[in-house]
Amino acid sequence: MLVFIIRRLTQSAIVVAVMSVLVFAGIFAIGDPIDVLISPEADEAERAAAIARLGLDRPMHEQFLAFAQEAAKGDLGRSFVHGVPALDIVLQRFPATLELALAAMLIAVLLGIPLGVWAGLRPDGIAGRTIMTGSILGFSLPTFWVGMLLIMIFAVTLGWLPAGGRGATREILGVPFSFLTADGLAHLVLPAINLALFKISLVIRLARAGTREVALQDYVKFARAKGLSARRVVGVHILKNIMIPVVTVLGLELGSVIAFSVVTETVFAWPGMGKLLIDSILQLDRPVVVAYLMVTVLLFVVINLVVDLLYSLLDPRIRLGGSRS
Amino acid sequence: MYTKHFRTTLGGLLAAFAAAASPAAGAELRIGTSAEPSALDPHYHNLAPNTAVRMHVFEALVGQDAKQRLKPELAESWRAVDDTTWEFKLRKGVKFSDGTPFDAQDFVYTVCRIPQVQNSPSSFTIYTKGIDAIETPDPHTLIIKTAAPYPLLPVELSTFGIMSAEAAKGENVKFEKAGCKADSWPATAQFNDLSLAIGTGPYKFKQFTKGERIVLETNPVYWGRKPQFDAVTFRPITSDGPRVAALLAGDVDMIENPPIQDIERLKNDPKVAVSQALSNRVIYVALGVQEKPPTIEGTDGKNPLRDKRVREALSLAIDRDAIVKRIMLGVAEPASQLLPAGFFGHDPALKLTSDQKKAKELLAAAGYPNGFKLTLGTPNDRYINDEKVAQAVAQMFTRIGVQTQVDASTANVFFSRRNKEEYSAFLAGWGAATGEMSSPLKSLVAGRDKDKGFGTTNYTSYANPAVDQPLAQALATVDDKKREALLQQSVRAVIEDYGILPLHYEVTSWATRKGLTYEARADQYTLAFDVTSK
Repeated sequence: MLVFIIRRLTQSAIVVAVMSVLVFAGIFAIGDPIDVLISPEADEAERAAAIARLGLDRPMHEQFLAFAQEAAKGDLGRSFVHGVPALDIVLQRFPATLELALAAMLIAVLLGIPLGVWAGLRPDGIAGRTIMTGSILGFSLPTFWVGMLLIMIFAVTLGWLPAGGRGATREILGVPFSFLTADGLAHLVLPAINLALFKISLVIRLARAGTREVALQDYVKFARAKGLSARRVVGVHILKNIMIPVVTVLGLELGSVIAFSVVTETVFAWPGMGKLLIDSILQLDRPVVVAYLMVTVLLFVVINLVVDLLYSLLDPRIRLGGSRS
Repeated sequence: MYTKHFRTTLGGLLAAFAAAASPAAGAELRIGTSAEPSALDPHYHNLAPNTAVRMHVFEALVGQDAKQRLKPELAESWRAVDDTTWEFKLRKGVKFSDGTPFDAQDFVYTVCRIPQVQNSPSSFTIYTKGIDAIETPDPHTLIIKTAAPYPLLPVELSTFGIMSAEAAKGENVKFEKAGCKADSWPATAQFNDLSLAIGTGPYKFKQFTKGERIVLETNPVYWGRKPQFDAVTFRPITSDGPRVAALLAGDVDMIENPPIQDIERLKNDPKVAVSQALSNRVIYVALGVQEKPPTIEGTDGKNPLRDKRVREALSLAIDRDAIVKRIMLGVAEPASQLLPAGFFGHDPALKLTSDQKKAKELLAAAGYPNGFKLTLGTPNDRYINDEKVAQAVAQMFTRIGVQTQVDASTANVFFSRRNKEEYSAFLAGWGAATGEMSSPLKSLVAGRDKDKGFGTTNYTSYANPAVDQPLAQALATVDDKKREALLQQSVRAVIEDYGILPLHYEVTSWATRKGLTYEARADQYTLAFDVTSK
């Protein structure tokens, strides 16, 4: 177990290193941040001074080495745009995104699994077909369009919910969360549904496919023959056995929802990390982009680790050994 | 990419749902902004969104009204004692929001601090470097000396806000040209966490959550007219569609820069009011006159744009009225020079016309009867409909025989490439922050000269003594009348030489819920204290 975790962490350290080189070179190739940042009225002297202040006058490999040295000490540099530590900016945005992502995943699980199992048990029934057709819509409708539609219906026309932004927050352990206040919750509903839509469809499909497969297995037939209640057959024998693919996919999806929910965050002006990434790329704010992606890599590593640990809980046959990577 | 879809989606839906908007009333004003300041530090970043927020809290010595004419702010009056000496009489009885009085030392400290801001991506030193010495004969008089005649001093003193010297423990800091001395200088973070964010303006900061909101409350000791709203919340909603939706849903009371395709509908909406003003920003096409043109083909390596007749032909090819009407949907005004009427240095005599026949004749006379191939660079996310305007210009050029291709890229890529002079022709815009003709002349069309600070955004290698000489003279002439005549002479020289092709002036729009009025500003700033309700 310990070996397994250590190996994982070593691998992720390599990924982080490679990625930081790629991002560094990539943004360097796009252009010079000073062209975006500086006032057009600035003269040559001020331009040169600003370039020196931001350390952009040195060749790229020197800039990278300086960055790597500081990064080893835990300092990812200062944002070119905001002038404050890049990691602080990223972490400041993290709670908002985490909250949105977890809310979306919760909706996806709570709606997706029951609907999927239902559709799997009665694949030819009207309900089953309707659920499957609905899931196609969830897959194919573009997120931004659904987002605008939700805003137009529930915010502009009906006036039930706010059109965007994050509501009032309350702190837990110094971290501000908005789902604890009524206002915050109202602001959370639409973006969470918008973000969840695709995931619900995904979970429905996974759960349905799993259910159809598992429902024909001998042990299910045997359980039925033994006279177990339908609730116990579905709730224990089927549900537990379809969870492995669902947990795997949800784990990966959670990572991508946290890291790249750019569209939803943009439509709903949600002050999360996805919005930050886009803004930072547009402004060539390299320290923030690098810090952001480093946090993201770490996040994926942690999520994958948790998923692997969950496997062993769901399926006692799986053992996490040093030989497995 | 997706913002474009928002607009189309919204366009269809707006008409159906607009009538259902339900604005809220109260003593709080909520504003949806299209950009967010990078910091609350008034001296950190010389950038429009920062300045707009700064003006609520940190007042400058000199103010600018909605048409960018100078007006008294912290200075009650000023005059040029001689060509290199200025006297400013400061307003008495003004207090900072922490209760400490405002006096000349606060100005001295501010000027001292500006060059000391760490990591500043764009410093205000360009506006303070003209100051050679500051004397303070009494706490409410400033004598400012400049090394050479410097008529722009009052304008430049309107660009930065004054911070409290007491709050930063800078009561004894003295101005020195080579750099003032102090034990330490305030950090940008101390403004972001509000500990040093103390100004004399109508509002003070209450909360700053990056990416989410800036909350202001009224400054109880403000010297001037109390603003109508006790609290103001700025929410950055950078996408156009969602920003309009937020207004229609009543989430915010006011938005800046509604997308131009929605303006007609917003104007017809009984629950929304729109205010508009001609801005100080001109959209232009710059023509590179380098020896070797980077993006021209079919001329054996020669640069046809060095010939005035070719530049005139290209100008004649552009139908500015059509661009304004069809592409800008009327939310712009055709331009014939670098600043619209009403701005200092505008020459009312200048006109630019469109004439395809004459354009073709001029091309033939210049030795290009069959035209040549040109690539026109443009950003696609910087100015209103920038890429579409460039496409239209390219078609108009092609119609007279200059086959023009558009090379559009996102702003960060475009500006990097333009600054390396990779385009023979490019579309860009210029907002005159100072509201004076000298600003675009000096930056865009004056020949590059490091010592004079000329031609800093001149990426065409254009240089014309008939433009530069009167400009240099104007910048050394303190008398306003003479200076305006010199600026007019300079702008006439460049327009008549077709050294730059102005297209149109952008119009800036604001949309508010019905019942609110906003005096639209030429400098495009959204100022909460100028919003009034009936």
